[in-house]
Amino acid sequence: MPIREDQNRFKSIVKGRVRDDFKKYVTNGELIGKREDEFVKIPLPRIDIPTFRYGPKQDQQGVGQGEGEGDPQQGQGQGQPGSGKGEAGENPGEHMLEVEISLEELAEILGEKLQLPRILPKGTANLVTEKTRYSGIAPVGPEGLRKFKQTYKKALSRYISSGNYNPDDPVIIPIRSDYQYRTMKKTQKPHTKAVVIYMMDVSGSMGEEQKEIVRLESFWINTWLKKHYKGLDTRFIIHDAAAKEVDENTFFKTSESGGTLISSAYKLCQQIIDAEYPADEWNIYPFHFSDGDNWSGEDTRLCVQLIKEYFLPRVNVFSYGQVESKYGSGQFLKDLQKEFGDDDQVTLSQIESRDKILDSIKDFLGKGK
Amino acid sequence: MANLSLELEAERKKISQVAKNVGLDCFETIFEMVNFDQISQFASYGGFPVRYPHWRFGMEYEQLSKSYEYGLSKIYEMVINTDPCYAYLMEGNSMMDQKLVMAHVYGHCDFFKNNIWFSKTNRKMMDQMANHATRIRQYIDRHGYEEVEKFIDLCLSLENLIDRYSILNGPTQFTEKKPQVRESDFVFQVEKSYMKNYINPPDVVAEFKKDQMQKMADKAQFPADPVRDILTFLIHYAPLEEWQQDVLSIIKDESYYFAPQGMTKTMNEGWASYWHSHIMTKHILNDSEIVDFADHHAGAMFMKIGGYNPYKVGIELMREIEERWNKGKFGRDWEECDDVNERKHWDKKLNLGLEKIFEVRKIYNDVTFIDEFLTEDFCIRNKMFVYKMNKETGRFEVDTRDFKAIKAQLLFQLTNFGQPIIRIENANFENRGELLLRHVHEGLDLQPNYMDATMKNLNKLWKRPVNMITVMDNEPQLFRFDGKEYTKHSLTENNNSQAEPSHKDSE
Repeated sequence: MPIREDQNRFKSIVKGRVRDDFKKYVTNGELIGKREDEFVKIPLPRIDIPTFRYGPKQDQQGVGQGEGEGDPQQGQGQGQPGSGKGEAGENPGEHMLEVEISLEELAEILGEKLQLPRILPKGTANLVTEKTRYSGIAPVGPEGLRKFKQTYKKALSRYISSGNYNPDDPVIIPIRSDYQYRTMKKTQKPHTKAVVIYMMDVSGSMGEEQKEIVRLESFWINTWLKKHYKGLDTRFIIHDAAAKEVDENTFFKTSESGGTLISSAYKLCQQIIDAEYPADEWNIYPFHFSDGDNWSGEDTRLCVQLIKEYFLPRVNVFSYGQVESKYGSGQFLKDLQKEFGDDDQVTLSQIESRDKILDSIKDFLGKGK
Repeated sequence: MANLSLELEAERKKISQVAKNVGLDCFETIFEMVNFDQISQFASYGGFPVRYPHWRFGMEYEQLSKSYEYGLSKIYEMVINTDPCYAYLMEGNSMMDQKLVMAHVYGHCDFFKNNIWFSKTNRKMMDQMANHATRIRQYIDRHGYEEVEKFIDLCLSLENLIDRYSILNGPTQFTEKKPQVRESDFVFQVEKSYMKNYINPPDVVAEFKKDQMQKMADKAQFPADPVRDILTFLIHYAPLEEWQQDVLSIIKDESYYFAPQGMTKTMNEGWASYWHSHIMTKHILNDSEIVDFADHHAGAMFMKIGGYNPYKVGIELMREIEERWNKGKFGRDWEECDDVNERKHWDKKLNLGLEKIFEVRKIYNDVTFIDEFLTEDFCIRNKMFVYKMNKETGRFEVDTRDFKAIKAQLLFQLTNFGQPIIRIENANFENRGELLLRHVHEGLDLQPNYMDATMKNLNKLWKRPVNMITVMDNEPQLFRFDGKEYTKHSLTENNNSQAEPSHKDSE
């Protein structure tokens, strides 16, 4: 049908718009709220072809009917969209369009915008195994695989829809086009597995805005990594002076007060990796976000040591993002910079505000690891 | 490809016969049963699945199919004004709904065939649209998808600039020549290039040219009278390539095809509703269906407070006319009668109602229909009012129930059928080939951002600066887009010097 052609054209125009305004969508949390498994719903103003038309801003008035109680709503004599004849939906108001974009496409736009290199999974476990299961239905196949029930249903519905079904004499004779057969479906199971472990400082100095930034960043990081790894695990660790593992919701909602011992999170992360993610099978991505304040220089040294001796040999890349808070920015980033400034396996990023999210994503993912 | 079930086909025959018996005069009507996806597609194409490719149809489809999926709207019926008339029924609607839709469709079909505003309509539009599509696809092959699409976008932006009142006279004829000073008109042909300056001395040529320009400026302006049919004017005079001219004329043809439907929306829906109600209740319905019918009919007629439902206004007016002419409530005696009681019991038993509404459906359009038949009684009985935005509370409130105000407001909404009236005043503005448009301001300003964008598009076609005189924020202003910059000048008396800055430029 030609409509698919036009629909695809329209969709590509929409994608162009999203691409043009990408930064707006990156820094806008609304997008993430509208996530549905593999799709994101993006609200867009209706793409209009400009014409000379009356503006809405003046004394709006019109004719109504009734007792005049309540609040006559707007609308200047337009037909209900979609219920007219011929010219259905000719005069729609200022509607918002909601377009669906798959995460895959979103990742593509992200990659294109930031010119991100593709990630090369480490190791040789980059295999995909195929499994076949007889779970599909097809109109052709060997007689041995014919499904009686489906065939009967199809024939029955044909009878009913053509008006030939007689309930008193329910004889159904299937014809060739009613036959249904089992068919095999191939499912691919990727062997490249990856895990992202997010760690976040939830001590008092991390405010709502800082968490929102982390939330946005993690969404985009996930989107990008998902594109490269079919199976992606995510784990979440929060910490103040002590660390614990939580689910995603709690991760972004928890606020604690109290001090900050970063090493506590690193240690917990270490335990998780040791227990569940052997480094030779998994691509491991620890991300840590904090405002950079650590309890003591002693603890910072411990962290550096952990990164150096434990994480670097095992992970693809170790990332640290320092989110600037209203109390300023801590020392931790500088400490790490001093230690790992030119190490390819450690990415460090400073995020001053929402506007810097894109730059920071580029910092994190720009190395192609 | 009539694919109705036996049961439906039987009903169709019955309804069609009833329609004939009550006096409806329809084209042959072909019903097709389609599913919701198909009907969304057809509706996206304005009823013509054969139309040229354009993303806007895809957008329409996206919206229609989504709003159906979300349960926000459902298309019950669609009729295409062609001969034979095509109508679509949606799979899965109840039998009663299908019958209602068929009765309604016969109403539309009769209206299409008999209303005078449709008398010049191309009834083979399905073929015409398919031809349009073929031509556009050819241009796409030749010039590339993006190029053609971009040009179609431009044309669609000017789509509503047609002269709806010219429908009955046939297309506007343009015979005037576009004023142009071409050197070849007064310079001698020179064989040898070294002779050029002797045969055509440059200073003489320059002098002559200046003279000609002056004469042109003094001469009657071009076009002699303001032009409403801007699309046709552009086809004739805009510097377009041949394929562009053709695309523009395709858009124009389709725009004119749809125009009468916009001009008779209220009447057409009123007429069809009147007849579906008549046919169904008097001839077709079973006892078991009557409640469902009443429910669905009421749903279609529902007019929300502050809204305007053409079905409702149309059917009520039709019934009012029928009653008035049945009882003889017209003419001088009726007009001059002041006695409330006498008016109430007025009945001359003329029974001219049916004849009258058939006449009405033949020769009126929405504007004349409302102007002539909306009466004070009607407004009072239907509790009509004018509402207005109260700026202080930001809410809409009932402004007045005065009959004159209601009528004025309704007619205003319908003036030029909801489109601003825009004319070409001068296509050689300032004697520089600029386009001067005038918006005939009726109290509503144009939407500024859309105006800007549309002027830019017009400029791309005309390739010379485009000017627009309109009233914006209670002040007459001249807007100008010269291809790069967008400027505006007030046209109020006291700062007239500012009003025409172009004089300064040309010094």
